Amino acid sequence: MSIPDTPNVNNQADTSWVRLKEFWSYFQENKGAVAGFCLVVFVILLALFADVVAPHSPSEQYRDHLLQPPAWQEGGAWSFILGTDAVGRDMLSRLIYGTRYSLFIGLVVVSISLVSGITLGLIAGYFRGGVDTVIMRVMDVILSYPSLLLALVLVALLGPSLINAMISIAIVLQPHYVRLTRAQVISESTRDYVTASRVAGAGNLRLMFITLLPNCMAPLIVQATLSFSSAILDAAALGFLGMGAQPPTPEWGTMLADAREFIGSAWWVVTFPGLAILITVLSFNLMGDGLRDALDPKLKRS
Amino acid sequence: MFRFLLSRIGLLVPTFLGASVVAFGFIRLIPGDPIEVLAGERGVSPARHAELMAQYGFDRPIWEQYFDFLFNLLQGDLGMSISTRKPVIDEFLVLFPATLELSFFAILFALALGLPAGIIAGVKRGSVFDHTVMTTALVGYSMPIFWLGLLMIILFSSILGWTPVSGRISFLYFFEPVTGFMVIDSYLSGQEGAFRSALSHLILPTIALGTIPMAVIARQTRSAMLEVLSEDYVRTARAKGLPPLRVIGVHALRNALIPVVTTIGLQVGVLLAGAILTETIFSWPGIGKWMIDSISRRDYTSVQGGLMMIAAIVMVVNLIVDLLYGLINPRIRHTR
Repeated sequence: MSIPDTPNVNNQADTSWVRLKEFWSYFQENKGAVAGFCLVVFVILLALFADVVAPHSPSEQYRDHLLQPPAWQEGGAWSFILGTDAVGRDMLSRLIYGTRYSLFIGLVVVSISLVSGITLGLIAGYFRGGVDTVIMRVMDVILSYPSLLLALVLVALLGPSLINAMISIAIVLQPHYVRLTRAQVISESTRDYVTASRVAGAGNLRLMFITLLPNCMAPLIVQATLSFSSAILDAAALGFLGMGAQPPTPEWGTMLADAREFIGSAWWVVTFPGLAILITVLSFNLMGDGLRDALDPKLKRS
Repeated sequence: MFRFLLSRIGLLVPTFLGASVVAFGFIRLIPGDPIEVLAGERGVSPARHAELMAQYGFDRPIWEQYFDFLFNLLQGDLGMSISTRKPVIDEFLVLFPATLELSFFAILFALALGLPAGIIAGVKRGSVFDHTVMTTALVGYSMPIFWLGLLMIILFSSILGWTPVSGRISFLYFFEPVTGFMVIDSYLSGQEGAFRSALSHLILPTIALGTIPMAVIARQTRSAMLEVLSEDYVRTARAKGLPPLRVIGVHALRNALIPVVTTIGLQVGVLLAGAILTETIFSWPGIGKWMIDSISRRDYTSVQGGLMMIAAIVMVVNLIVDLLYGLINPRIRHTR
């Protein structure tokens, strides 16, 4: 029995290797996507090694260096390359530590909305009927509010904090996963391999999670990358409005909120946190676009 | 068409009821009972508390309260604002034109730049122009607009002194609102410079709010154009020897615009969410700023009313877009 099994296993490993190589060849054709991927890796490395890379502590207040301009400007010094904020904290170090918050926010939000969205979408698409109607109508209600507004109100309900902001954003982003999964499940359900599996005696759970789900993943991966960036953007907006991470957390949106009063006097405290948000969000979007082109056979080479 | 209309309206009913449950549940889900929430930090005596509970009807069964709320809602009664003691609906209607005006100019800005850019990028696929447009669109799409607003204030207001920082019109001018739209009212007032002032106050908020819709519209138009240009009927039109401009303008564009209409409709939610940020930065007295202020003032009846109104607006706009879509694309109408 074990003899015919062996080549089969090898074959499987081979095909997934081939598929990965094929995916990479499509992905690397897209220069923007590769640039985005490199930037994402860079941001991840910054977050992991923030303790080593950052020249100062993000919370240390240098009282002799309040609102010191960046190094290349008059009055600046190379000890504070991007200058200091109103209480003398090093901008660069705070930005570097900020990568941790942004990536953490993206990771948590995407995980929550992905898991709950996939589960609800699988249930709706697999069972159809009444359950489907109820789930989809609830999602319609969530979608009938502008996402940021609903997140704001949810935070007002739960109390302003980073955790509550993340939960709220996850709830707001989740309908997209539900819709995607449901549509995908419905179109896959009629395929022969699903029927075959059902005839072979697979139960509902096995059919849902082992037979159907892996074949629905491609658009979900794309959506996950793209909503990583919207999670970071929304969390920064909430922080900016005072409803997300609270000061003195070096979260970029919160830093911008603090910087608003220095808009006329210290351009650097306003410019750099926003630039950090833009670059991070942009790199995830670049990568998401590349992933979509490489994973979605319908759009391939278009 | 009539059946199509009815079925679309029928689909809205459960969503509207759902949204009303959310708005109704909002005040009741806040920790502490509603009277304590309404009283805020001042607090109330137990006797007054019981009296108020009866007065507002909070002592009745929850479903009875909900039906009351729904009934009032359908009559346009959203309750009283806690902070101003005025009907929420009146406050909303006074501020809404400001948001509408800003959103109108923002979507105009987005269309004026995004649509032609998307069309040309699609037609000249792979060109330098295409790459520039797509890169710009992706940057715009990733833009934290609250930061963009601040940067524009630094550059255009503080350094160059070209545009005012906040508000809808200079304090020099005063006139009674006629339409609620500052651009129209200032023109009607006949005061010298008022119209210019209103317009210059609109520029920066319009760009901040219009950036993301512009990026989305440009991307969507380009990909719709690409799809249509590879269709058989476009090839036929070209083979017939029609001039390229006619092929693009008449045969391709008309069909490419169908999905773009939906995209434009979907921007309403984006605009209203963006209005919260834009209005906060530019002190624009619209409903976005009002919602944020109400949340921080803990004026929960206003938040509740605002939520309901905004959800209703989004639903109505989506309905209109759906109907328009059915109108320009007969295939949709007949398959449902």
